[in-house]
Amino acid sequence: MDFQVVVLAGGFSKTLVPLVSKEVPKVLLPVANRPVLSYVLELLEQNDLRKLVKVVEGESAALLISSWISSTFVDRLQVEVTAVPEDVGTAGALRAIDHRLTAKDILVLSGDLVSEIPPGAVAAAHRRHDAAVTAMLCSVPVSGPSESGSSGAKDKTKKAGRYNIVGLDPTKQFLLHIAAGAEMDKDIRVQKSILRAAGQMEIRADLMDAHMYAFKRSVLQEVLNQKENFQSLRRDVLPYLVRTQLRSELFLNGAQSDENGSGMDAVQNSKVLLSQLLANASTPSFHEMYALDSAESAPISRKTHKCCVYIANKSKYCARLNSIQAFSDINRDIVGDASHISGYNFSNHNNIIHPSAVLGSKTTVGPHCMVGEGSQMGDKCSVKKSVIGRHCRIGSNVKIVNSVVMNHVSIGDGCSIQGSIICSNVQLQERAVLKDCQVGASFVVTAGSEYKGESLAKKEKQ
Amino acid sequence: MDPRRAPRTVSDPKVRHVGFFAPGAPPDRSHSVPTDPLTSSPPVSGISPASNSLSPVMIPPPRPLSTDLSRQFAHSPPVSPLRVAGAADSPFPVGSYNQSEFLSPTTTTEYSEDPLSPSWGRKGSSGNFTSSLLAGEIEMALEEQNSVFNLPRDGGANVEIQELRAVSGKQMKEKPTKAERRAIQEAQRAAKAAAKGQGSKTSAAATVVNPVNVNIKKPVKAVSQKKDNSSVAVSEKRVSDRQPDKDRKKEIPHPRMQFDDANRVEKAKKRSVVKQIEARNRVELFRHLPQYEYGSRLPDLESKFFQLDPVHPAVYKVGLRYLAGDISGGNARCIAMLQAFQESIKDYSTPQEKSLIRDLTTKINGYVSYLIECRPLSISMGNAIRFLKTRIAQLSLNLSESEAKANLISCIDSFITEKIILADKVIVKHAVTKIRDGDVLLTHGSSSAVEMILSHAHELGKMFRVVIVDSRPKLEGQKLLRRLVGKGVHCTYTHINAVSYIMHEVTKVLLGASSVLSNGTVYSRVGTACVAMVAHQFRVPVLICCEAYKFHERVQLDSICSNELGDPDAISKVSGRNEINALDGWANTENLQLLNLTYDATPSDYVSMIITDYGMIPPTSVPVIVREYRRENLWI
Repeated sequence: MDFQVVVLAGGFSKTLVPLVSKEVPKVLLPVANRPVLSYVLELLEQNDLRKLVKVVEGESAALLISSWISSTFVDRLQVEVTAVPEDVGTAGALRAIDHRLTAKDILVLSGDLVSEIPPGAVAAAHRRHDAAVTAMLCSVPVSGPSESGSSGAKDKTKKAGRYNIVGLDPTKQFLLHIAAGAEMDKDIRVQKSILRAAGQMEIRADLMDAHMYAFKRSVLQEVLNQKENFQSLRRDVLPYLVRTQLRSELFLNGAQSDENGSGMDAVQNSKVLLSQLLANASTPSFHEMYALDSAESAPISRKTHKCCVYIANKSKYCARLNSIQAFSDINRDIVGDASHISGYNFSNHNNIIHPSAVLGSKTTVGPHCMVGEGSQMGDKCSVKKSVIGRHCRIGSNVKIVNSVVMNHVSIGDGCSIQGSIICSNVQLQERAVLKDCQVGASFVVTAGSEYKGESLAKKEKQ
Repeated sequence: MDPRRAPRTVSDPKVRHVGFFAPGAPPDRSHSVPTDPLTSSPPVSGISPASNSLSPVMIPPPRPLSTDLSRQFAHSPPVSPLRVAGAADSPFPVGSYNQSEFLSPTTTTEYSEDPLSPSWGRKGSSGNFTSSLLAGEIEMALEEQNSVFNLPRDGGANVEIQELRAVSGKQMKEKPTKAERRAIQEAQRAAKAAAKGQGSKTSAAATVVNPVNVNIKKPVKAVSQKKDNSSVAVSEKRVSDRQPDKDRKKEIPHPRMQFDDANRVEKAKKRSVVKQIEARNRVELFRHLPQYEYGSRLPDLESKFFQLDPVHPAVYKVGLRYLAGDISGGNARCIAMLQAFQESIKDYSTPQEKSLIRDLTTKINGYVSYLIECRPLSISMGNAIRFLKTRIAQLSLNLSESEAKANLISCIDSFITEKIILADKVIVKHAVTKIRDGDVLLTHGSSSAVEMILSHAHELGKMFRVVIVDSRPKLEGQKLLRRLVGKGVHCTYTHINAVSYIMHEVTKVLLGASSVLSNGTVYSRVGTACVAMVAHQFRVPVLICCEAYKFHERVQLDSICSNELGDPDAISKVSGRNEINALDGWANTENLQLLNLTYDATPSDYVSMIITDYGMIPPTSVPVIVREYRRENLWI
C-alpha cells in the first residue's frame, strides 16, 4: 500500500524515572509481563505491516531493543533498528532517518502505544482525503482512582497529553486547531481565516493525541528540512501544519501537485476540464472551497493542504505509556477491562496464574490478576488487581492490591503493598508497608519501614 | 441497404439485442417461438434445470398462435428428441408464422432506411415490452444455467404451455430409448461442431448440461449458424464483444445479482472484501437489491487497509471514496475508476508463467468486484470496464509487457478524452444552440453536462435564468447553485415539492442522466422522472444531456428491477436539526421500512430530446446509437 512504518521508541524517559533505567528502556517496561513494545509490534503484525524502521534514542538502548526484537520476532517481522543520539526529539529522530524514507506516505507510531485500533484506519483516512498529515485522536482513558495521590512533580507531560485542546470541523474529519495543554494559557487563539473557511469549529478537550500519525513523505521531509529547530512531532510539526493549512507556501514542489487529485498537472485544456469535473463531483472540503473562493478574486489560487484526523471509537482501547500513572493504569486495564489485547487466556476466575507458579495454602488470587512464571507465594497471601512478574518470591501474609510487581522481586512476610510499582530485583524485607510508591530496580526496602506516595530508588540514580 | 444488416432486421423490432444472452440467440428467437413448444417438451413437463436456460421460448404465445399450436399437436403426437434433431437439420419449418406477425415489409424498410422515424419507434417500443420480459428471463437463465433451479418465476409463463400438453405430458417423461440416446449424442456432437464452426464464441454457450438441453439448443444453433454465415461481420463483432462478458460472469458477482436469493448472497459474501451486514428492516419490494447497514461498512474497510494485498492502493482509494460518498456522479466516478485502473496497470508486472492478457483481466475483475462491494457500478462504469477488458483481450500476443501497458494506458486516456471530455464539449455545443435569450431553464440535481452547458451559454452572453430544483437528502443542487451564482448566472433555487408551481414560468428543462436505456428510458437521479412528468404536463420540452458512452442496450420499464438503495438514515435525519428526531431508533421498529432510492426511470414519453455527442436525437433513436457506437468501439 506504499506505506512505510516508523516506530519511535524513545530510550530513557525522564517522566518514568524510578521505573526506567539504563537496563530497562521505556519500551521494554513490562505490561502484563510483556514489554510494552510488543503490543505495538503485534498490532502491526496483525495488520500485515512486517517491514518496519525503528528509531531508538541512545546506543545502549538500541542494542537492548534490537536484541529483544531479534529474539522474539525473529521470523515474523523485518525490523531495522536505528540508534539516534539522545535528546533530538521525535522530529530529530525522523530527520536522522530521512534518507530511509522512500514510500509515498509514512506512518509514525510511538513505541509506547497500547492500542487495538488498526493503523489501517488512520492510513485509510489519510489516503481518502489526500491529506498532508493525519493524526489519530482517542478519548482519554479512565485513569485510576489514585491519580491525585501520585507524585505531582512528574505529571507535566502527562497533563500535556491529556488536556489537548482540539478544534475539529463539523464533519469531524479535519483538524483546525491543536494545542497541547502545557503550552496553553488561559486563552486560546484560533486563526480567523481557518475559522471563516470552515464555518464552524468544534472544540474538544476530551481527546488525546495517540501519537499515531500518517504523514505525506514529501511534506514531512520538507518541514523537517526547512524548520531546523523543530524538535517534536507533536508539539512542533503537527501544530505548524495545522496552522498553515490554508496558506501552505511550503509545499510548492511535488507535494501540492498530487494533493488536489491526479488531474492537476494541467497543461492541456482537457486536463483542466477533467480536474474540474472531478472536483465538482466530489464533496468539497472547506479547503477546496477556500481555494476556489480565492481563485476568483486573486489570479493565483492559494495552496492548501489538509490536516485530517481519525477519531478512534470509544469502545476501542487506546493508551500511551507516558507516565507512571499511565503505567499502572495500563497494567490494570490489560489484565482487566481490555484483556482481549493481552493475548492471554484468562481462567474462569478471570485471572492468569502460570502453571509453574506455586501458591501456598489459603492464598487467594483475585480476578484481574496475573502471576508470572515460576513465582512462589507463601501462605495466607492475598492478591487483588495486580500483576506479579516472573520468579518472584513472596512470603506469607502478604497483601498486594492494585500494584505491579516486576520480575525477580522478593517480598518478605507480612508486607502490604498498595497502588505501587515495584521494579525488578527489589527486595522488600519483612513487614514493609508501601502505599502509592514507586520502587526502582534493585532497591532494598528495610524491614518494618513504611512509605506513602514516595519514589524510592538507589542513591546513584537520584 | 446494408447487406450485413438485412438478416437481422428481419427479426429486429421484436428482439433488439437486449440484456445479456447468448450471442446467437436474439435473431433466432422469433423463428423458434413456434417450434419451441414442441421441441422443448421434456423440460416443460419434466421441470428440469434446463428449462431455465430455455426461458426465452417460454413466453406464452399470443392467442392465435396457441390455437395454431394445438392444431399442430393434434397431428403431431409426442415429440422425441430425434425429431428435434431432425428439425435442426431442416431449419425452421414453422418460422414463417412469426414473420407475418411481426415483420411486415414496411417495418423492415422503415427500419433500415430511416431508423429515426417515429413510426418505427412506436413499433420498437411495443416490441420492446415483450423483449424486456424476455431479457429478464434470459438473463436469469444464463446466470443459473449451471447451478440453481429457481423455477417459480418461469412457472407463470409455463402454465399455458403446460396445459396445452397436459395430455401428452406423461409420455414425454419416459426415458429415451437407446436409439434416442444415440441421437442425442449425435446432436451433441453436431452442436459442438457447429460451435467450432462459428468461432470460439459459442463454446461457452455450447457447454452442454444435459442432453435435453442440447436438443433444444440445437435448432437455435443451426439457425444462428446460418445467420452468421450470411452475415459474418455481424457475428464476429459480437464474438469479440461477448467474450469478456462471459469472463466476467464467471469470475465476479453479476452486477445485477438478485439479493433475495439466499444461496447466491451467501456465496458472494464469502468472496467479499467489505464486510456487509444486511439491514434488518429491508424494504420488501426491493429485496433483490443489496440493502446493508451503512454505518459499519466504512470503518470496517478502513481497518483492513493493510490487509488488502490484492487491491491496488489507487483502486482501494477510489473504492473508499465511493463508499464514503466523496465521489458521486456518473462521469466523475467513471473517470476516477479509470484513472485508478491506469495507476494499477502502470504498477503491474506479469507474474512468471502467466500471460499478461489473462492475468491482467483477472486482476481487473478483482478490482471491479471490490468496487461493486463499495458501491454498485453505474452503467457508465460498466461500459468503461467492458471497453477496457475488450482492449486487454485484443492486445496482440507479440507485444512486450511495457508496450502492452503503454498501449492500455493510452487507450484509457483516449477513452476519457474522447468519450467524456470531448463528448461533453460536443454536447455543450449542441445544447447551447437551443438556449435563447429570455429562456428560463430548469434543472434538477447537479449534472456535470448541464452545468457546462449553462456556464458556456452564460459565457456566450445569452440572457437566461436558471431554476435549480433540488431534493433531499443529497441536496446536490446546492453545489451547482453555488458555482453558478459564483459565475454570475441568475438563479432560482427551490425544492422538488414546488416543481409544479415553478414549472409555469419555465421554457425548457435540461436534465442529466446516469444512463439512457435502449427503449428510451432515462435512468437518472431520483426525482428526474417527477420533474420530467410535470414538464410534460405543462408542455415544456425536456432535454436530456447524456454522453453516448452511458447508453445501454438494456431495457427497463420501472425503477424497481434495477436500482440502488442509499442509506436509509439519510432520509430519517435532517442535518443540523437534531430536534426533529421522530424516527430515532427506527431500525428497532419491526413495521417500519425506509426507502431511499437513488435512481428512477423516466419513460421516454416524457423526453423530448436527448442531446448526445452524436447530436440531438429523439429517445427512440437510442438503440441505433447503441448499436453503432458499440461497433465503432470494437473495431477501432
